Amino acid sequence: MNPSRGFRVLRGVLLTLFAVYFVLPLLSMLDFSTRGRRGETGRNWDAWRALVENEDLRQAIISSLLLALFTVVLMVVLLVPTMIWVRLRVPRMSRVIEFLCLLPLTIPALVIVVGIAGVYAWVTYFFGSSPLTLTFAYTVLVLPYSYRAVDSALAAIDVTTLAEAARSLGAGWLIVITRIVFPNIVTGVLSAAFISVALVLGEFTFASLLHFDTMPVALTAISKSDAATAIAGALASIIVISALLLGLSFFGGNTRTRNENG
Amino acid sequence: MADDVVRGTGRRFAVGPYLALLPFLGFLLIFLVVPTVTVVVGAFQSGDGGFTLGNVRALGSDAAVQALWKSVLLSLSTAVIGAFLGALLSYLILTLGPRSILRRATLSVCGVLAQFGGVTLAFAFISLLAVNGVLTLALDSWIGLDIYGSGWLFGLNGLIVVYVYFQIPLMVIVFTPALEGLRPQWREAAVNLGATTAQYWRQVAFPLLTPAFLGSLLLLFANAFAAYATAAVLVSQGNPITPLFIRSALTSEILLGQANLGFALALEMIVVVAVVMALYALLLRRTARWMR
Repeated sequence: MNPSRGFRVLRGVLLTLFAVYFVLPLLSMLDFSTRGRRGETGRNWDAWRALVENEDLRQAIISSLLLALFTVVLMVVLLVPTMIWVRLRVPRMSRVIEFLCLLPLTIPALVIVVGIAGVYAWVTYFFGSSPLTLTFAYTVLVLPYSYRAVDSALAAIDVTTLAEAARSLGAGWLIVITRIVFPNIVTGVLSAAFISVALVLGEFTFASLLHFDTMPVALTAISKSDAATAIAGALASIIVISALLLGLSFFGGNTRTRNENG
Repeated sequence: MADDVVRGTGRRFAVGPYLALLPFLGFLLIFLVVPTVTVVVGAFQSGDGGFTLGNVRALGSDAAVQALWKSVLLSLSTAVIGAFLGALLSYLILTLGPRSILRRATLSVCGVLAQFGGVTLAFAFISLLAVNGVLTLALDSWIGLDIYGSGWLFGLNGLIVVYVYFQIPLMVIVFTPALEGLRPQWREAAVNLGATTAQYWRQVAFPLLTPAFLGSLLLLFANAFAAYATAAVLVSQGNPITPLFIRSALTSEILLGQANLGFALALEMIVVVAVVMALYALLLRRTARWMR
């Protein structure tokens, strides 16, 4: 089908309008955060410098980065062996595990926060009141996305045959999971890790209502007195998160083409 | 170890392999099931732990009903706007042809933008439209137009404008597969039978796409209804929508004596989202009938 010229012009105009709508807020963040103080002309990068020089903000950014790391570790340790095990040994549990993993999509994060106070009283009792205890809640939040990434990676390989081959050569289950199956689904696990990091860096609901100072919470607090710095921080996190998610879509694209070809 | 159990019990039901799931299930029990059950049970408990319908009845109070109504209004309007504009965008990029780089780039970018929301998105619109915002200042100095007004950005109207920013990309992601599933052969068949383009769209394409479109619309509704962070940053005073009403029930002292009202409000959210998602699943099954 060859679209008519009129349609192509209309399409061009509409796509441009969409592009303007989506890009304008991002460009305005860059402009706002590099704008000189009242009365000054020209650009300055004070707001961006404050991101690393402001002590509270720096602490919060470090907390968020560590949280992202810990969440990925806990997610990989809990979820990946369980999913491999379900495929190999207890396939009749696969629907139950899938349902549980996708459940956080249906239960709003806000609802979990409302009910989690009692659980977090115990968490604080055992682990202290560091923001890093949010790792537990965040692992639940990233489950649906991680599950999908790992599940599609597992579906793309023949787990049973791999495991049987390894078992017949004398490998124990631990070896099968960590050294036979895991290396074969590493792309899926990486996708899961990417999207988890992206979600954790932007998460606000849990952190603010449980009173932990992560980067989004600190940015909100500072926005009252210094909007430019808050906006610089928000733009920085958008850039990092977008890079992660775009990297993810390239991962996804690569595996798909590989499957189609072979 | 688990393996020995299997060998020892022969063909009987073996418990051993199931034990390996315990760490995962235990974790979910503590951090997902317990909080949810706490909410459901707490909604029917009075301050001293006895059974009461008082909290649920308090959902009928003017303030709570107003918040729910505004929440539904916000979710519905952004879902409808997002669905129509998103469907338009996904149609536009599909006509570019499967090899188009612009099409693939748009899909990737939509994947990123649909995850936006929260603090960063609120700040993006503050930098654009707030009193010192880039567009506010620009329009004021160019043509003397005041788009800031009396601060509409920080009320319900502002939330609608901001939410649409992540609803459109979400629509593109969930609706493009359905639109892609419309086979060219169907169009050719319709044209061979003498249908005009308008007839093809009205009698073949629209009826086929309707379940997918409505399903996506419901997903967008649930997405907006459950969103909290964006609204929490933009609206710092008052609680126009249910999620913000929950915030004030959790943090303020004004509602003291109704400590469990937060649970009832959260239960209300679970019910609304669950109903919407159930309908979504139903429509999804209908769409699956003709897609691949």
